[in-house]
Amino acid sequence: MITLLEARNIGKRFGGLQALSDVSLTIRKGEVYGLIGPNGAGKTTFFNVLTGAYTPDGGEFTFNATPLPSGKPHLVVAQGIARTFQNIRLFRELSALENVMAGHHIRTNATIFGILTQNKHTREEERLTTERAYELLKYVGIERFATAQAKNLSYGDQRRLEIARALATEPQLLALDEPAAGMNATETGQLKLLIEQIRSDGITVLLIEHDVKLVMGLCDRVAVLDFGRKIAEDVPAEVQKNDAVISAYLGGGQKHAH
Amino acid sequence: MNELALAVPWLGKRNPLAARWVVVAIALIAPLIAISFGRTWVRVIDFAMLYILLALGLNLVVGFAGLLDLGYIAFYAVGAYTAAFLASPHFDLHLPIYIVLPLAACFAAMAGITLGFPVLRLRGDYLAIVTLGFGEIVRIFMNNLNYPVNITNGPQGINSLDPVILFGWDLSQNIQVTEDLSINSLFLYYYLFLACVAGAILFISRLQVSRVGRAWAAMRDDELAAKAIGINTRNLKLLAFSLGATFGGVSGVLFGTFQGFVSPESFSLMESIAVLTMVVFGGMGNIAGAIVGAIVLSALPEILRHIATPVQNALFGHVILDPEVLRMLLLSLAMILMMLLRPEGLIPAAARYSHLKHLKSKGVTQ
Repeated sequence: MITLLEARNIGKRFGGLQALSDVSLTIRKGEVYGLIGPNGAGKTTFFNVLTGAYTPDGGEFTFNATPLPSGKPHLVVAQGIARTFQNIRLFRELSALENVMAGHHIRTNATIFGILTQNKHTREEERLTTERAYELLKYVGIERFATAQAKNLSYGDQRRLEIARALATEPQLLALDEPAAGMNATETGQLKLLIEQIRSDGITVLLIEHDVKLVMGLCDRVAVLDFGRKIAEDVPAEVQKNDAVISAYLGGGQKHAH
Repeated sequence: MNELALAVPWLGKRNPLAARWVVVAIALIAPLIAISFGRTWVRVIDFAMLYILLALGLNLVVGFAGLLDLGYIAFYAVGAYTAAFLASPHFDLHLPIYIVLPLAACFAAMAGITLGFPVLRLRGDYLAIVTLGFGEIVRIFMNNLNYPVNITNGPQGINSLDPVILFGWDLSQNIQVTEDLSINSLFLYYYLFLACVAGAILFISRLQVSRVGRAWAAMRDDELAAKAIGINTRNLKLLAFSLGATFGGVSGVLFGTFQGFVSPESFSLMESIAVLTMVVFGGMGNIAGAIVGAIVLSALPEILRHIATPVQNALFGHVILDPEVLRMLLLSLAMILMMLLRPEGLIPAAARYSHLKHLKSKGVTQ
């Protein structure tokens, strides 16, 4: 298996809180990698550090064997990592289609001059962006809302739209932050199918999720974070049996280092 | 243009194409109508055109990119003073307009970037305060740079700027067609300004429906998410500031050469707020809104001046409220009512950031 992303000794501190300490993990090309842990374990912080929203205090990421720039989100996206947010963050005033088109920004390069003169390159790029965005809406199954404003979409559809927008950046690694949060069983089932589809289309998925059933059914490997440390990493069946994991979730007698 | 046509009452929704021609026709014959009320009114619509240009530029910054700018008039000042330096007896330079205009646009764009860099991380109220300060700094510079070396001639301002001369044709001279028919210079300036406004509308509407316009809208709606999908917010903010400033600068050159005189008092904070009010009043993020806002709010004080004084004289025998005071009163009242009744402005933005014509075959319609 080819390694796609390698995190080495990632640390991040907020004032007195060590949100991440020495987290190392390896994600292989083509797998669905789960990142789980109790609330406040540092999962979202890991996402933010990975995608450049935060600068890590220590450690580094290697993506496709090249180091990832830290603190520069747009460069991380250009390298091929896209993310969604735990609390949906769409461009609420734009239509669903335009949300996805905006996601394609990084893969287009029309200049101000080209836009002013509407030269051939700009028009062609605009046509491709529009068509591709529509295809992606179809892919996640919400193409009938293409012209609806994002804020008027239902919760589940907004989640799907966020995934479509992330896919529009043409990522190799798609990082989903609790995509099933707030979804009912049917919607979660559909989401599972969608993620499987994404994987079969060759995109590696990094998944933060609380829905244990979803994680166990979907992920090839799972890492467990607790108090900013990685306490386990294995196939789902093994992780379920791991003592450290059980005590982290259920609050067993084990003492944690602070 | 489409937005403007759609905004035409009654006709706009029924026959957009006809409405479009109505708009064009009104724009073309406006000075002919104005002249029948007197020369002053042609001047008023000339200034309305300049305000449209300003409002369009500010709308780019505030409406499209979501960056609240309270010092926008500074760029207008940069443009006007560039014209004053390069084409007036002040330094005894008399460069032609084809050189002055691009240079002023460049200077204004640079001023925009100068403002943009320090405020990259600021948003909302904080951004407003810093930009307000920037506007004041520029005005105070203009006011005080007459000592020890006289650059701006201080509060007296700079006089007798060169008129616009296009291909040897002096726009400030009336054209004598026959003995008793002459085309007033105000008309010539009107059409020059109209051409600039038309160019600006074309440029801005193309910009809006493009990857840049979408990225601005994305940044405005959610900056963090915009970064997360790979939008370089730093560059796009600087682009918004500099492009907005360019429109301000061009407008400033036209103002200076039209008026023939520039002084710091034309660039006070009140002017910045007036332009912002036009944008908000008309409808933020909306080209038609900025235009209508600019026309209504630049004509309002003139109308007041011509109506308020005679009316008050007739009713009370003397003037109780100065038209200038009345203007502020009515403007504030209008803004309050607007915020209560139509918070999205006169013409709410049905902003589009994509061409759906590419998807017609798939059954997607506007």
